[in-house]
Amino acid sequence: MSVTAAMQAGAANPILWILAIPLGAAGFLAVLPGWRLATWLNVAVSGATFLSSLVLFQHRPEPTRLLFIDDFNVYLVALTAFVGFTTSIFSAAYISRESRAKHLSDMHLRFYHAMYQAFLFTMLLALVANNIGVMWVAIEAATLTTVLMVSLYRTREAIEAAWKYFILCSVGIGLALFGTTLVYLAAQPVMGDGADAMAWTLLITKAAGFHPDLLNLAFVFLLVGYGTKVGLAPLHAWLPDAHAEGPTPISAVLSGLLLNVALYALLRFKMLISTNPETLAPGPLMIMMGLSSLFLSGFMLYRRGDIKRLFAYSSIEHMGVITFAFGLGGAVANFAGLMHMTMHSLTKSAIFFAVGIITQNAGTKRIADIRGLTASHPVLGWGFVIAVLAIAGLPPMGVFMSEFLVVTSAFSKQPLLALPLVVGLLLAFGALVSRLQGMAFGPPPPPNRRAHGGGNWLGTMMATVPLWLHMSLVVIAGLWLPAPLVAWFEAVAKLLG
Amino acid sequence: MLQQFSYDLAHLIGATVLMAGFGMLYQRRLFAVLNTFAFQALALAAAAAWQAHVQNAPHLYATAAIALIFKAIAVPIALHWLVERLGIHRTVETALSIGWTMIVGVALVALAIMLVLPVTAKAAALTRESLSIAMSVVLLGMLMMITRRNAVTQVVGFMALENGLILAAVSAKGMPLVVEISIAFSVLVAMTVFGIFFFRIRERFDSLDLHFLETYRGDRQ
Repeated sequence: MSVTAAMQAGAANPILWILAIPLGAAGFLAVLPGWRLATWLNVAVSGATFLSSLVLFQHRPEPTRLLFIDDFNVYLVALTAFVGFTTSIFSAAYISRESRAKHLSDMHLRFYHAMYQAFLFTMLLALVANNIGVMWVAIEAATLTTVLMVSLYRTREAIEAAWKYFILCSVGIGLALFGTTLVYLAAQPVMGDGADAMAWTLLITKAAGFHPDLLNLAFVFLLVGYGTKVGLAPLHAWLPDAHAEGPTPISAVLSGLLLNVALYALLRFKMLISTNPETLAPGPLMIMMGLSSLFLSGFMLYRRGDIKRLFAYSSIEHMGVITFAFGLGGAVANFAGLMHMTMHSLTKSAIFFAVGIITQNAGTKRIADIRGLTASHPVLGWGFVIAVLAIAGLPPMGVFMSEFLVVTSAFSKQPLLALPLVVGLLLAFGALVSRLQGMAFGPPPPPNRRAHGGGNWLGTMMATVPLWLHMSLVVIAGLWLPAPLVAWFEAVAKLLG
Repeated sequence: MLQQFSYDLAHLIGATVLMAGFGMLYQRRLFAVLNTFAFQALALAAAAAWQAHVQNAPHLYATAAIALIFKAIAVPIALHWLVERLGIHRTVETALSIGWTMIVGVALVALAIMLVLPVTAKAAALTRESLSIAMSVVLLGMLMMITRRNAVTQVVGFMALENGLILAAVSAKGMPLVVEISIAFSVLVAMTVFGIFFFRIRERFDSLDLHFLETYRGDRQ
């Protein structure tokens, strides 16, 4: 194939666009002086990535050895690009306030924007990678970019959080690599040497013939490895610190997107293991880790004094519920898991948008010092109330729908497991609602000297519009899911087995 | 005959990597840990080069070169320089005594062998033993990260773990992307450790002892 033909093929392949836009932008933003232009460019580029991800629904390219798109990852690519886009809008408002308060220097902001796009690139690459080795490299690079961003503020706490994140997640991805090597070793006798034995679309067709013991061993390493990145208990220790100490837009994409991507990697391997009839069922292990995450975070939520840590623990809880649902398996539970992934992503990032502005207005992250939000900032405060009620699982929001589906399928399949699930969900519900009351209602406190809110109407609007946009999607999804979306979720649920 | 020789040499080099893993646990002085790590990386480079020769896979020479230049030379020299420059304590602080660490290490190696050998009964002989050695090196690296408190020894422990992973990857016949994986690891370590942490931790705490992590639980009211 000549160079021009290769370039034409590249131009026609939307996957390459989705990867090239954020990668090129990361390089450009790294050398672009002046943060004002950079924030806008960040928004524009994220928007372009989102638009090109929509092309995938119209035109799905043929899988290659390196990249592929199927029913499962196309929706996660679109979700990731969408939340990446809305977060970049929020980030523009957040950064301009931080910069006015002189919390970050120009150099840091240039670095921040370059890393934001690099982070989006690594997540999208992990989602579309057909080669399990490339997927691993992408998730490793995502760890690197986020470690650097968590340490951005250079406070003592930020450095400690980033160090903890680096140590724990590096060991985690190290173990995931060992698992990946074991999968290759299991595949090699059947598929032969080389790249074929790492291409997921080829592996899934032949996995029934792989050595089952090797696959079992591999899955344990992959579960522990990628599970660390999902934040499953007891491997969750890095997650609350990393969420609390980094810039809030990063907390939003960490919770809303990165945890999903790590879980996606795990699910791809689960699909592979499940096709082999002689392997251990991966379900019970996932159910166990899911339930322990749910319980641990359910109890931990009650003792949180820091607003960002509170919602970080809530992310552990929801990842636990999702892992539980996929562990249970079957059409309904998988459907619920997929829907919960989407709903949690939208709701949790919306919460962090609100939390970012709230902590800037209040000048503190202490829950005890944040009061009367609905009185002092009605648009923001009520958006926050709706988002927290949604994440706590109150109807009619989408999170309630998916949690309800998880519980009903647990009742029909394993009634004994449904009991701890319901108890855990109620625990978390109680904690979140009791915390919300103090923050949302009552008289607002006198202004704090460390507060750095204010700004023009455009800034305020850019911070609240993404919040309300996400919440309206979540509410609509709770009341009415469009029929094509349902059909499509069902198809993916079947794919997951 | 020749094949038997290539197996034996591969196992000898693998066992040298493993012994260096034990050697690191045994050291009481920081510089000795760094020297032992450099030796382990050297052995890893030899293992990768030998596999490149045996499997007739020239790209593994690149992995060997990365292990030799980055891990066996650049990282130990840079860490030496940092330890001297920052005036870090030159003795290794242990959370578990050296004797107990060695006993746990032996148990971990036994576990790795018992786990891997039955599972890989049908795989090629070379892969079987190399895989159990590699898994032992990984577990010893984790043990080092857990039982040694200092930030420098933690990083060295992580890189020892990574040596085990690379050893597994080069022993898996025909595995693609090994070079990319070793580059990805090197970039992770180099950027995180040298770019950010050592300078910043120094800025803030005047110490590289991670003890301070224990006084900080983030969220006490």
